[in-house]
Amino acid sequence: MNPEKVVFGFFIVLALTLNFGFFVGEIDDPNHHHVYELFAVLVVNLIATVLKFGDRSQMGAVLLATSLVAMLQLIGAALVWTYAVHASDVGLTPTVTASIVSLSGGAMLANVISVVLLVIETVMLRR
Amino acid sequence: MDNIIFLILRRMRQPLLTLVVVYAVAVLGLTLIPGRDGAGDVTYMSIFHAMYFISYTATTIGFGEIPYPFTDAQRMWVIFALYASVIAWIYAIGTLLALIQDRTFQNAIQERRFAHRIRRMREPFYLVCGYGETGRDLVRALTERGYHAVVIDNNEHRVNLIQLQNLREAVPALHGDAQRPVHLREAGLEHPLCEGVVALTNDNKVNLKIAITAKLLHRKLRVICRADSHDIEANMASFGTDYIIDPFDTFATHLSTALNSPCLYLLHSWLTGVADSALTEPVYPPKDGHWIICGYGRLGKAIHQRLRQEGIKAVVVEATPGATGAPPEGCVIGRGTEADTLLEAGIEQARGLVAGTDDDANNLSIIMTARDLKADLFVIARQNLEDNRELFDRVGADMMMSQGLLIANKIRVLLATPMLYEFVNLAKYHTDDWACELVSRISALVQDRVPGICEIVIDDTQAWAVSQSLARGEHIDLATLMRDPWCPERNLQAIVLMRRRGDDRIALPPDDERLRVGDKLLLCGHPAAFDRMSWTLNHAHTLNFLRTGYSGPDGWVWRKLAAWRGADGGR
Repeated sequence: MNPEKVVFGFFIVLALTLNFGFFVGEIDDPNHHHVYELFAVLVVNLIATVLKFGDRSQMGAVLLATSLVAMLQLIGAALVWTYAVHASDVGLTPTVTASIVSLSGGAMLANVISVVLLVIETVMLRR
Repeated sequence: MDNIIFLILRRMRQPLLTLVVVYAVAVLGLTLIPGRDGAGDVTYMSIFHAMYFISYTATTIGFGEIPYPFTDAQRMWVIFALYASVIAWIYAIGTLLALIQDRTFQNAIQERRFAHRIRRMREPFYLVCGYGETGRDLVRALTERGYHAVVIDNNEHRVNLIQLQNLREAVPALHGDAQRPVHLREAGLEHPLCEGVVALTNDNKVNLKIAITAKLLHRKLRVICRADSHDIEANMASFGTDYIIDPFDTFATHLSTALNSPCLYLLHSWLTGVADSALTEPVYPPKDGHWIICGYGRLGKAIHQRLRQEGIKAVVVEATPGATGAPPEGCVIGRGTEADTLLEAGIEQARGLVAGTDDDANNLSIIMTARDLKADLFVIARQNLEDNRELFDRVGADMMMSQGLLIANKIRVLLATPMLYEFVNLAKYHTDDWACELVSRISALVQDRVPGICEIVIDDTQAWAVSQSLARGEHIDLATLMRDPWCPERNLQAIVLMRRRGDDRIALPPDDERLRVGDKLLLCGHPAAFDRMSWTLNHAHTLNFLRTGYSGPDGWVWRKLAAWRGADGGR
């Protein structure tokens, strides 16, 4: 067993699970989507992205790409949140919440691909 | 490119992870610790504010406590966050700086720059593998003729030397193993403008590997190899290496030319000499009497074989005949540096001496001992290291054999003036008298300097006026071309050595030879003569003047006027 692989797999799966946790619930109800959960998703995704750095294989490249997509979506969501709450008087209206959650939904899709790739790689390895 | 980014990413993984974790913990802590607003009510920092605060604290900018002054509990946490984040930053920046100074990283960057430079090459170039003495001579000779070269060598010191050498053209150099295809490829093996690969390392196997790689990756490429053994030569020839140069065989061939036709040898050494150096004196190796060959190595064997073919008796002196082998008639055992071995080999009756061991000190010692025993000897000295040139000049051998120079010279002629190479081969079929006459003509042209060599193709790029005139069906012969445009009664100080039309080659074509478009001319002579000739070749009025002796009207008005007057009957 390679401890590096354990950590790697852990963070990739954790990124997906946390993302899912944030995503579930009424899409426009701010009570169903907690800011700390988004924070956790962002941090874990960031860690997962950095972990994927420097892998020269084709699989490594695609994994890094999915992570970058997820980061893009999540940072978008965080920016929308911050802008709505702090920079303008709009607040967490259903519209804003819906757009935040849908952005995180996109990130989740990227995370799903990431996990699927990880599983495929593991299955192909047969060792 | 890939290498560098991957190297950075891989090395920066740990510091970046540390940064992410430290920031995340610090931000999380700040949002969880209760603070007090202006009215004294309990309030929590939002993630946005916490991120903002940590960002300027971690980078030690410090704008103050926002949005409200902190409570002591918050300040305790900030102390932890501040030190942790600053240390994380120092760690990250330190790693980055260490990475930049790292040798692997710098090599990767240099290699990338080199590959980029090669990809951007817009002029034909030769790829020279091995930058030893031979490589240095060759690159100098090529760049002085305006050719471009790219160098690979596995010795970093030699590669760095290129910057100090003050070559006329910039020569990109890669420190790398030429045996690895990836390095050859980076050096432009597959570049469309790569004219040829020259393998000059002092290792036969490496040269062989380079030749194979070059032929496999770029079939049409000219491959020129140095080879010191007949096995390797045969191996190289088997997959189509274009030119294989064995310095010892080459020298032995020179020697037999000098024996049979001294003028031809002189002609060869003049024409192939380094431009603007002093002309060499003729040498007359003795054909009567016997020779002593000290050292039965690769050079000794090659010379021994040639001398035997010429019917000249040669006595071999060899210290370790067990290792080198010995000629069938046996040999004198010894180094040749002592008087008694030389006496045993019959130095008193000998006419020629070859100091051909692979040790310069021994060779010098052999020559000095032999000269003491017998003053009038024809001496051939083998110089192994370029640094010893001064000593060999001082000892004054009649013929010098320097591997590096010999190979460099041959390849230079082959690459820089391919027609000269053909001419030299063509000259072998002529008599010695023919060569003697040519030698005296050349010496009259250039006095005591090596003549310049010039190749001209009669086409639109190199001889615009001539090719236009020929296309109009006008008659131009060599005599017109050779006339001095500034003084038409005189001829230029140059000789047409060869005219090539397709595969048809004529050495020393007659003056009334008509030119045709596509002809290639090889000339030798005074360098200034070629400058003047380019007027005749490219300037229509100069050509017309030389051809007809009449300076035609310039400009549209004057031409019209001339045509009108011509119609009137007067010219």
